[in-house]
Amino acid sequence: MALTEARPLALPSGEEDTIERPGGVFARPTASRGWRSWVTTVDHKKIGIMYGATALAFLMIGGLEALLIRLQLWAPRGTLLSADLYNQVYTMHGTTMVFLVVMPIGACFANYLMPLQIGARDVAFPRINAFSYWCYLFGGVFLNTSWLLGGGADGGWFNYAPNNGVIFSPSHGIDFWNLGLIITGIASLTGAVNLIVTVLNMRAPGMTLMKMPVFTWMTLVTQFLLLFAIPVLTAAQVLLMMDRLFDANFFNVAKGANPLLWQHLFWVFGHPEVYLMILPAFGLVSEMLPVFSRKPIFGYPFIVFSGVAIGFMGFGVWAHHMFVSGIGPISVTTFSLTTMFIAVPTGVKILNWTATMWGGKLRFTSPLLFSIGLVTMFTIGGLSGVTHAIAPADSQQTDTYYIVAHFHYVLFGGAFFGFVGAFYFYWPKAFGYMLNETLGKTNFWMMLLGFNLTFAPMHILGLQGMSRRVYTYDAGYGFELWNKVATIGAFILATSVLLFVFNIIYSKVKAKSLPPVGADPWDARTIEWMTPSPTPEYNYDPIPTVTRVDDFWYRKYGETKDGKLVRIAATDDVVQQRSDGKGIHLPSPSYWPIVAALGLPLVAYGLIFSLWLCLIGGIITVAGIYGWALEPPDDPDAAHEDHGPGGHTSDDGTAVEETTEALPEAEAEKEAETVG
Amino acid sequence: MAETVYAHESVAQADAHAAAAHIEHDTNTGISNTKLAMWLFLASECLLFGGLITTYILYRNPLEGPTPHEIYDIPFTSTSSFILLMSSLTMVLAVSAIERGDHQRLRVWLGATALLGATFIAGQVYEFTVFYREGLGFTTSRFSSAFYTLTGFHGVHVTVGIIMLVSLLVLSLRGKLPEHRSETVEVVGLYWHFVDIVWIFIFAVVYLVPS
Repeated sequence: MALTEARPLALPSGEEDTIERPGGVFARPTASRGWRSWVTTVDHKKIGIMYGATALAFLMIGGLEALLIRLQLWAPRGTLLSADLYNQVYTMHGTTMVFLVVMPIGACFANYLMPLQIGARDVAFPRINAFSYWCYLFGGVFLNTSWLLGGGADGGWFNYAPNNGVIFSPSHGIDFWNLGLIITGIASLTGAVNLIVTVLNMRAPGMTLMKMPVFTWMTLVTQFLLLFAIPVLTAAQVLLMMDRLFDANFFNVAKGANPLLWQHLFWVFGHPEVYLMILPAFGLVSEMLPVFSRKPIFGYPFIVFSGVAIGFMGFGVWAHHMFVSGIGPISVTTFSLTTMFIAVPTGVKILNWTATMWGGKLRFTSPLLFSIGLVTMFTIGGLSGVTHAIAPADSQQTDTYYIVAHFHYVLFGGAFFGFVGAFYFYWPKAFGYMLNETLGKTNFWMMLLGFNLTFAPMHILGLQGMSRRVYTYDAGYGFELWNKVATIGAFILATSVLLFVFNIIYSKVKAKSLPPVGADPWDARTIEWMTPSPTPEYNYDPIPTVTRVDDFWYRKYGETKDGKLVRIAATDDVVQQRSDGKGIHLPSPSYWPIVAALGLPLVAYGLIFSLWLCLIGGIITVAGIYGWALEPPDDPDAAHEDHGPGGHTSDDGTAVEETTEALPEAEAEKEAETVG
Repeated sequence: MAETVYAHESVAQADAHAAAAHIEHDTNTGISNTKLAMWLFLASECLLFGGLITTYILYRNPLEGPTPHEIYDIPFTSTSSFILLMSSLTMVLAVSAIERGDHQRLRVWLGATALLGATFIAGQVYEFTVFYREGLGFTTSRFSSAFYTLTGFHGVHVTVGIIMLVSLLVLSLRGKLPEHRSETVEVVGLYWHFVDIVWIFIFAVVYLVPS
C-alpha cells in the first residue's frame, strides 16, 4: 500500500527522515497509564471500554428519567411532574436511551470485540475511532446540558413537525436535541466508515467473510445501516435547524410546508435505527449460545444472511410508523406487506438460536440466562411488532401504551438483555476478573421479573386506550392497577441495574483473593479468547491464521469419524501467552481527536446562543483537524529498534513492516497529511 | 481411538510460520483503507444529498414570492456548471501528474482545479446576491428555503474540497507530497468528482426540470 511506505524509518532513499514536530504545540502524548492515557488513547479496547462506561453513566440518567415517568403515573392525577416537565422527561428518556445508551453499547462491543474477532491489532483508523468516541461523549453531554439551560426537548424522541417548531416549542430544548444528535451522528458516521473498512480490509490470514464470527457479521451490517441511515437524519435535522434558528420554511405550514416530510425523513432513518440497535445484541447472543450449548451455531449461513436481509429490508418498512398519518391505501398496503416480510429473517434467527440450544449440553451461567432472556423477550416483542403490520389494528394501537410495551420488549428485552449477558460473558476478557455468578443470576431473575412487571401490563393499558405521552390519566378508566404494577416493576428493574453495578465493584474487590482468570474461562469458540485476559495492548502475538468458523474451538477439540468431540490440545497450550509486545508496531496516541471533537459542541452552543462561540469552536475544530492531518500516524520518536525478523531494513529500501494497523487516516477533511 | 481431523503440533508455531501469518501491506480487498473509507463516506453523502434533493422537489413551487422560472438565469448557471465540470478534468490531470512523478504539473493542475472550483463558488455567491435583490430571501417561501439550503450545502462541499486542494498544493510546494503519496491526491480527487457529479443532479433537478 502506498501510504505505508511513507513511514519515517522506511524512506526508500534511506535518507534521514524529515518529520517535523507537528505544529510544535504539543509533544506527542506518551502516557500509558493514568487519565492522560485515556484522553489520548487510540487503542480500540480502551475506546470500547470508554464507550461502555459512558453508556452506563447515561443509562443512570435515562433510568432516573424513566423512574420519574413511572412515579408520575403511579396514581391518577399525579402531581410530581407538570405536563411541560413530563414532556421533557419522556423525550429525554427516549433520546438518551436510544442514542446515548443502546447505540453506544453496540459501539462498545463493536470496538472492543470486532478487531479481536478478526485478528486485527486495531481498527483501520485508530484516531478517527477516538474522534468518534469524543463526539459521542461531547454530543451526549451537550444534549443533557439542556436541563440546565432552559429545559430539555419536549416533542418526543422523534420530535414530529410542526410540534418541533419554535411556535410550539419555544424553549431551546429541541435545538439542543437537534444539534446534540447531529454531533453524535458524526460519531456514528465516522465510526461506521472506520469499522466497515476494518472488517473488510483487516481480517487475519485465512479469515474469509464466511469464516467471520457472527458478531463481526452483525457489526458489519449494523455499520452499513448507520452509514446509510444517519445521513438521512442529519438531513432532516439540518432542515429543522434552519427552521428553528434561521426562520426557514421547511416545516412552516403557513408557507405551505408539509409536516409529513419530517415523518418520512425521520423514519427512513428511524426504522433502520431500530435494527441497528438490535443487531449487535443478536450477534452477541449468537456468540454466547454456542459456547454454553457446546455446539456450533445452528445454520451459520442462515444466521448471517438473515442478518444481512434484515439490513436491506430495514430500509423498506419505515412508513409503518405512519399508518395513521394519511399516506393513502397503496402506501399502507405496501408497508404492511414489507413489515410482515421482515419478520421472516428475524424468525429465522429465533429458530437458529433455539436449534443451537436443542440437544446441547447447556450450562446455565449468567450469560446463557440473559441470552435466553433475549430470545424469549424479543420473541414477545417481535410478535407484538407483527401486529403493527396489520394496518387496521395498528391504527388502534398508534400512540398507545401498546406501542410502548412493544418497543421496550424489543429494545430492553431484546437488545439490553443481550448486552448485559455479553457484559457478563466478556468481562473477564476485558478486565481480567469474572463477575460473580450468584449475583449475576440474581441480577438476571430480578431484571426479568422487573422488566415483565413494568412492560407486560402496558400491552393491556394500551389496548384499553391509555395514550402514551400524556402526563396523567383520570380515575375510573381501569388504568390504576396496571400503572401501579408497572411502577413497582420499574423500581425492581432499577434495582437490578444497580445490582449489576454493585456486582462490578464487588467482584473486583473479591478478585484480588482469587487466582487470575485464564485466557479462556468459558471454554469458548472464537479466536478472541486466545488472547491473554485482560487483552494486552497489541492483541495478538503472533496473529493467528484462521481456517474455519470457531477456529479456536477446533484448536482445542477435534472430531472422530463418527462425529464425537474429543479434546486434542490443552487450552493452555493453544492460547497465547502474554509477551512483552516488543517489535509490534502500534499506532501512537494523539491529542488531536479530542481537540477536533471539542470544537463541535462549542459550535452548537454558538448556534443557539451567540455566533461568536461558533467562531471559537470552529477554529478549535479546524485547528484539531489540521494538527491531526499534519501529525504522522506513528510517532517518529517511538522506539522501533526491536523489530523482529521481517522488520524494516533502512538502507536498501525494502520496507517490510510487520503490521498494517497504523495506516494514516484520511477522510473528507483529513486528506492533507504530511509525508514522513 | 480418537482420530482427529484437525490438529497442529503446536498451533503457535504454525501461526508464526504460516506464509500468510505476516500481514502484508495488502488489505483483504486489495483496496487501500483510505480509499475504501472515502468510497464509504461518499456513499453516505449520497443519502444526505438525497434527503435535501427530495425536499427541494417537494417544495419547488412556492405559494408566494418569486417562482423558479422568474429568477433562474439558465445560461449563467450553465456556464458556471460547465466550469465546475471542467475542474474534474483538471483533477484527473493532477492525479495523473503525480502518478508520473511530474510535480510541476501536479501543482499546476491542483491550482487550476481549486481555481475552477472557486470560480464556481464565486458564481454561486453572485447568483445568490442577485436572487436576494430580486426578492428571494432565505425565509421568503418554502421554495426559497429549499433552494438556498440545497445549493448552499453543495457550495459548502465544494468549499471544503477547495480547502483540501489548496492544502495539497501547499504540501506539494513544501516538498511534502512525493509520488508514493499519490493516493492522497487520488482520494481528494474522489471527493472532488463526487461533488461534481452531485452538482449534475442538482443542476438538472433544480434548474432544468420544469416545475
